[in-house]
Amino acid sequence: MVAVAGLDLAVGTGECFGLLGPNGAGKTTTIEILEGLTAPDSGDVEILGTPWREGAAGRALRERLGIQLQETQLADKLTVSEVLALFRSFYRQSHTVEEVLALVELEEKRKARVVTLSGGQKQRLAVACALVSKPELLFLDEPTTGLDPQSRRQLWEIIRRFRAAGGTVLLTTHYMEEAERLCDRVAIMDHGKVIALGTPRELIASLGAEHVIEFALSDGIPDDLMDPIRGVGGVTAVRPGSGGLSLTVTELHRTLPALLALLQQRRLELSSLTTHHATLDDVFVALTGRQLRDT
Amino acid sequence: MYQLALSRMREFYREPEAVFWVFGFPIVLAFALGLAFRNTGPGKLQVGVVAGPGDSAVAVVLDSSPRLLATVLDTATARLRLRTGRVALLVIPGDPLVYRYDSTRTESGLARLEVDAVLQRARGRKDLVAVRDDRAVAPGSRYIDFLIPGLLGMNLLGSGIWGVGFSVVQARQRKLLKRYMATPMRRSHYLLSFILSRLVFLIVEVVALVGFGWLLFGVAVRGSFATLAGITILGSFSFAGLGLLVASRAKTIEGVSGLMNLVMLPMWILSGTFFSYARFPDAMIPFVKALPLTALNDALRAVMIDGAAVTSLGTPLAIVVAWGAVSFVIALKIFRWR
Repeated sequence: MVAVAGLDLAVGTGECFGLLGPNGAGKTTTIEILEGLTAPDSGDVEILGTPWREGAAGRALRERLGIQLQETQLADKLTVSEVLALFRSFYRQSHTVEEVLALVELEEKRKARVVTLSGGQKQRLAVACALVSKPELLFLDEPTTGLDPQSRRQLWEIIRRFRAAGGTVLLTTHYMEEAERLCDRVAIMDHGKVIALGTPRELIASLGAEHVIEFALSDGIPDDLMDPIRGVGGVTAVRPGSGGLSLTVTELHRTLPALLALLQQRRLELSSLTTHHATLDDVFVALTGRQLRDT
Repeated sequence: MYQLALSRMREFYREPEAVFWVFGFPIVLAFALGLAFRNTGPGKLQVGVVAGPGDSAVAVVLDSSPRLLATVLDTATARLRLRTGRVALLVIPGDPLVYRYDSTRTESGLARLEVDAVLQRARGRKDLVAVRDDRAVAPGSRYIDFLIPGLLGMNLLGSGIWGVGFSVVQARQRKLLKRYMATPMRRSHYLLSFILSRLVFLIVEVVALVGFGWLLFGVAVRGSFATLAGITILGSFSFAGLGLLVASRAKTIEGVSGLMNLVMLPMWILSGTFFSYARFPDAMIPFVKALPLTALNDALRAVMIDGAAVTSLGTPLAIVVAWGAVSFVIALKIFRWR
């Protein structure tokens, strides 16, 4: 089975690069190939200027990386500081346990067993195990999936500080919001292929508009409404949205009154109407015709 | 590697159930079996006399022997007791006297000899040769003396295979192995850490079991303690290697449990843990002797019971080491790291 095909990416030093896409898009396969955990069927991978090699060269490269995997469950019976001491022992140069506890703000939990930690704390411990080696390059595979908003913000803060100290980050996520906040550049993946690549701003700009209007009518959308709507000033694209239509528009303040006037003139009743700034979610919908979350 | 071994130990002693099964269970087993088979000297043999003319006279004569206890029984009860083994032999008075017994039972054979001798003497038979009994208890001949080294061997096998197998498969299932692969850790260090941590537990296991046998049943170690320590270390390494091999491919706890039973059950039965493997047919003996647990048990018994020197144990120890080394090398080759 081919999970990923024809991928061509380059990530620069000091950059935060995001692999974005729904579950099953091939993000994890991609990142594990980059981490040297899965051998690619074909193609070349270079990390920090070196290809993956077995033996001493591979180990020397691993000294410089920090890796957090998606599903690792650390040993339940060990305490937080014991886990960190263990991971620390694998590296020639590393942070002390106390330093890395401070980096992820788990100081009060140093004596707690892993099994007693909350989901957010476990995830911070997993990131701590990745940070303990003072890595130049940090791989994070869905670091915030399933976490509450506060825990997510804590992790974002940890990543931000790591970057501020000059580190390079490659992360995967299926939260578009996360990618917009953290990443300098993102690659949107679907079905094992990169379907868009650029800064979040560029990708949103590629929609040709900055705002999205979504609305639904109580009696459904009549077929003969489509053409007049495309004619409303400032509308760049019309797509079926959740239960109604989704319009991308350049200037909200001009298009919205015109749209409302059109509906009133046709005596159509609105059941819902929302507007928001265009996001990477809208980019994904525009590219695939699917909602990111449905998949 | 030191940290890895340390983590292994911490994970283990923080799991109270595992501690019981490794240390507590063999001791409970030794205690129960030791009580059941304790040597109280030869007890009296139960003999039945079937009701009939002259029955009480026969019973009185038999009772006069210190080794027999005779009871007069009606025919139906007598047959039932013989069948269920509660009497070793039935005497049916008359002419001729009839002894009814199962000739395959050792006890019944003994009863036949003793009953006949007592009855014949009572009727005036004279012993033609003067004899004297010299009763001796050979050291190390009791069942418990046989059992403790066997339990020690079984315990080394069990804790080696369980201790290593389960934690490897658990780490694999939790993707922890993959996580370790993402660090510069050497793979051989990971596998060696198991063997190292086994060494520490080994000391506790051996001291607990040997100490227990000595305190409660007076099972002494006749050979040198250094030799005993050396043999248990070799055995423990060997079984840890076997445990790694068993766990090298399995992806689930269920899968590895089946494999472990497949490896351990035949050895429990065949390797002379609870009874001597000499009871198996001759054709099986070379095969049984090639098993690592058999070799280990033989070596342990030789040291504990016979006080053998290490130089005389070359063959069994070579078998133990060969099993360990071969399985460790194969395990390292075929190990599934993710």
